[in-house]
Amino acid sequence: MINQLLKQFVKHIDSFLMVCLFFTLIVGLFVLYSASGQSVTRIYGQGVNIVIALSFMWVAANIAPNQLERAALPLYVFGVLLLIAVALFGSISHGAQRWLNLGFTKIQPSEIMRIAMPMMLAWYFSKQEGKPKMADFAIGGLLLLVPVALIMKQPDLGTALLITASGFYVLFLAGLSWKLLLGSIVLFAASTPILWSMLHDYQRKRIEILLDPTQDPLGAGYHTIQAIIAIGSGGAAGKGWLNGTQAQLDFLPERTTDFIFAVFGEEFGLLGNLLLLSLFTLIILRGLIIASQAQSTFARLLAGSITLTFFTYAFVNMGMVSGILPVVGVPLPLISYGGTSMVSLCLSLGILMSIHTHKKLVAT
Amino acid sequence: MRAELKNFQHEQYYFKLRLGFTGFVVLALFSLLALRFSYLQIKQYKHYQTLAENNRISLVPIVPNRGLILDKNGVVLAHNFFVYTLEITPSKVDNLEKTISEISKLVEVSSLDRKRFNKLREESRNFESVPIRTHLNEVEAASFAVNHYRFPGVEIKSRLFRHYPLGKLGAHMVGYIGRINDSDLDNLEKKGDLSNYKGSDHVGKSGIEQSYERQLHGTTGFQQVEIDADGRAVRVLSSTPPVPGSNLVLTIDSKIQEIAETAFGEHRGALIAINPKTGEVLSYVSQPTFDPNMFVDGIDVENWKLLNDSLDKPLINRPIRGIYPPGSTFKPFVAMAGLENDKRTPPFSISDPGYFTLANSVHKYRDWKPTGHGMVDMQRAITVSCDTFFYGLALELGIDKLASFVSHFNFGRKTGIDIQGENAGLLPTPEWKMHRYKQPWYQGETVIIGIGQGYTLVTPLQLAQATATLANNGVAMKPHLVAKIQKSISNETQTLPLVIQDTIPLKPENIDIVKRGMIAVTQPGGTAASVGANAAYTIAAKTGTAQVIGIKQNAKYNASSIDERHRDHALFIAYAPAEDPTIAIAVIVENGNHGGTTAGPIARKVMDYYLLGKIPAPEQAKDGQNTMVKPSNSTLGTATQPMPEEELHD
Repeated sequence: MINQLLKQFVKHIDSFLMVCLFFTLIVGLFVLYSASGQSVTRIYGQGVNIVIALSFMWVAANIAPNQLERAALPLYVFGVLLLIAVALFGSISHGAQRWLNLGFTKIQPSEIMRIAMPMMLAWYFSKQEGKPKMADFAIGGLLLLVPVALIMKQPDLGTALLITASGFYVLFLAGLSWKLLLGSIVLFAASTPILWSMLHDYQRKRIEILLDPTQDPLGAGYHTIQAIIAIGSGGAAGKGWLNGTQAQLDFLPERTTDFIFAVFGEEFGLLGNLLLLSLFTLIILRGLIIASQAQSTFARLLAGSITLTFFTYAFVNMGMVSGILPVVGVPLPLISYGGTSMVSLCLSLGILMSIHTHKKLVAT
Repeated sequence: MRAELKNFQHEQYYFKLRLGFTGFVVLALFSLLALRFSYLQIKQYKHYQTLAENNRISLVPIVPNRGLILDKNGVVLAHNFFVYTLEITPSKVDNLEKTISEISKLVEVSSLDRKRFNKLREESRNFESVPIRTHLNEVEAASFAVNHYRFPGVEIKSRLFRHYPLGKLGAHMVGYIGRINDSDLDNLEKKGDLSNYKGSDHVGKSGIEQSYERQLHGTTGFQQVEIDADGRAVRVLSSTPPVPGSNLVLTIDSKIQEIAETAFGEHRGALIAINPKTGEVLSYVSQPTFDPNMFVDGIDVENWKLLNDSLDKPLINRPIRGIYPPGSTFKPFVAMAGLENDKRTPPFSISDPGYFTLANSVHKYRDWKPTGHGMVDMQRAITVSCDTFFYGLALELGIDKLASFVSHFNFGRKTGIDIQGENAGLLPTPEWKMHRYKQPWYQGETVIIGIGQGYTLVTPLQLAQATATLANNGVAMKPHLVAKIQKSISNETQTLPLVIQDTIPLKPENIDIVKRGMIAVTQPGGTAASVGANAAYTIAAKTGTAQVIGIKQNAKYNASSIDERHRDHALFIAYAPAEDPTIAIAVIVENGNHGGTTAGPIARKVMDYYLLGKIPAPEQAKDGQNTMVKPSNSTLGTATQPMPEEELHD
């Protein structure tokens, strides 16, 4: 009886993804404990985040993909409306207008777009008969750019980047022609000066410092320099858990959130880094397999986009912390402290599970 | 349906192709990251490891405790104690004036504190903390500590302060420490000691504090401290404890010092007492003196001006830097020169008419006694201080022989005492005069050197050393102030070796003549008979007077008619007990008129205490300088004894 209930409970949970997720979360808690200066409150807080995130994952996993498909358009519209509301009435903190104060709580509508965007585009392309035409991609591009522009205005470069990526992956997987792709890359390169002028000062500075972190070792370049020192000084085997001097002595800024990977790299060394890369690779490969086996166009596109977005999180974060990408506010998936990204990532993994476990119910 | 299925399969094929491509991109980019990690963590590992170590490890100096300075009986002359100071780091404070006025609402900040702060600020770098208040009491420290959060850049520090418990006593000898300034830094760098002063704020500036700086300072220890990004020490990794400075035990007896300084009363001058057998300096007086405690953490401008501009020149270290004509105290040494060169050996004597003239000249070199001393031999010439006798002797010896002989008694060269800044005095020669004034030497100049006048200049220390050398039968012991050095950790005491500086080959019979002449000085009929009155031991002495202003030919010197500061300096040298001397003294009382009456009694008090343990009775009437005129008479109750006429003169 209990066995059956349990079986029912885990029916839509993909065991492979779950095991990878479990190990990553455990690693994350250990790193966080060290990065937070052995703060039990932080671990407790992150534990709560994980429980909430896993609940969301379970719910998402139990929602059939076709139900998600139906929810795509309303969710997208709702998200865009909220973004507009933020632009109009949003509350400002740390020089950015990202939050919408609902009186009892504050929400960050751009988070909704993280999942609403790929759903919307996947829904849109699944509705097209035959091979998507040029016009479809144009409409898809527009659907992508409007919310992204709103988010960039806030400004929230990291989120804008991730949402753009998630949308782009749908377009690409839907069959965006190589010519168009190359054409838009050339167009992007040509429009760089214009985009540059649109960037906020702090964003420009981040890009400038990326090219030469020593420009401003105590200011903007400090994050990157200290992070690179932390990772480099970790060596092959690392300094050992709780023994990272860069981390423990406050040299690393934002070390429980965006720069937590520096703590990890310092304390666990190259071996740890490769292990973490492998865990992420397993999750991503599993996601790609799920996408390839998905039975509807919507599910395929959504699964592919979710997986590649997860990859983008991991790559951009590790790339920026190790100094090969600009510092944009992207957390390390499943490890950085914070409820929002934890929830949205687990939610998307839940969707992957849903896509995988619901396919037998669809007749072929 | 079929077409649709085909389309579906076709679509799925394309999708998988694209998915495969993205999979490839994922692996490629992750490999790029892996390469980046390998580069940072393997290839550049050493580099980043060094950077991380530099980030976190800082060397913090631990300043050693400065050694104590003790007198020969263990009385503390200089020690250290902890006090709270309130310090401001100017670079960390936005509005200095406002901060100070806010601070002054919590703890009292006087205008002197402010002035000192401003002066120290000019002398120190912007990131160094500078005390605005020192010696905070517990209540003040607590009331600031409560409000500390309001004052970034202001901190309470516990500093080790140098303190001189006896204050003014022996200040010139002990010296003082002061904050390290740029020229101190240069000096330390030249000596290669700079690294030992990381963390030290003070360095010896004068006296023993300066000359024994190396022994007193100790060796700075270091702590390897792990620091966080804000520079706060998190934990100590390793530490090398500092080696505290050594304690110095002086040759000085602070009681003698006190007696000597008190004996000077309001007079300016200097006194040096030396043990002739060892070279130990028994007393080192420079009057007036000052409180060295004022200098420890920076003297304020007003007090500095007061000291520096004073006509009494309290900051001058008179025993080694004050130069005076030796006057008649020079005669015993001229006498030795004569005897050793086989001049004036007994029974040679002259009949003194009261003046001396050079051949072919009408200029009269007058004796202090216009009527002359009658028949005078060498011994009596010393006893009655016969000028005429020494005029002729000096002339006959000639300047070269005279100068080269007396230079053995340390005239014209430094004694090598163990404090810095010694003046070599001046023992003139024709070469010196030609070099200095581009003029030839005149015979008349040789004549007056016979009585210690002319260009000749000596320091009180030189005079004392010469007296000690004579007392010790020509064996010159190196004068020194430090007897022992007590190492701090091993507690091992190093007694500094006695150094024989020079052994002048003097004939015993010649020494005997000079000594007998000097002993008679303190006997009835001698120029300092009152000094020797009722003494339980025999005193050999010589009085002297040094002219401050020139007196015209045929004019008569009248002390009472000239301004006090233009009166003659009084000099007095002595040793006792004459048969086996253990103390030799030189005293100079500036504008004290006559050696026997002002300088002599001071020497007597010192000898009485040193030889008999006798403490002088407190002065009864403090009516200025007169107190000092006949102290020995009043203390010994011999006021009724008539004073020999000679005693009023030289």
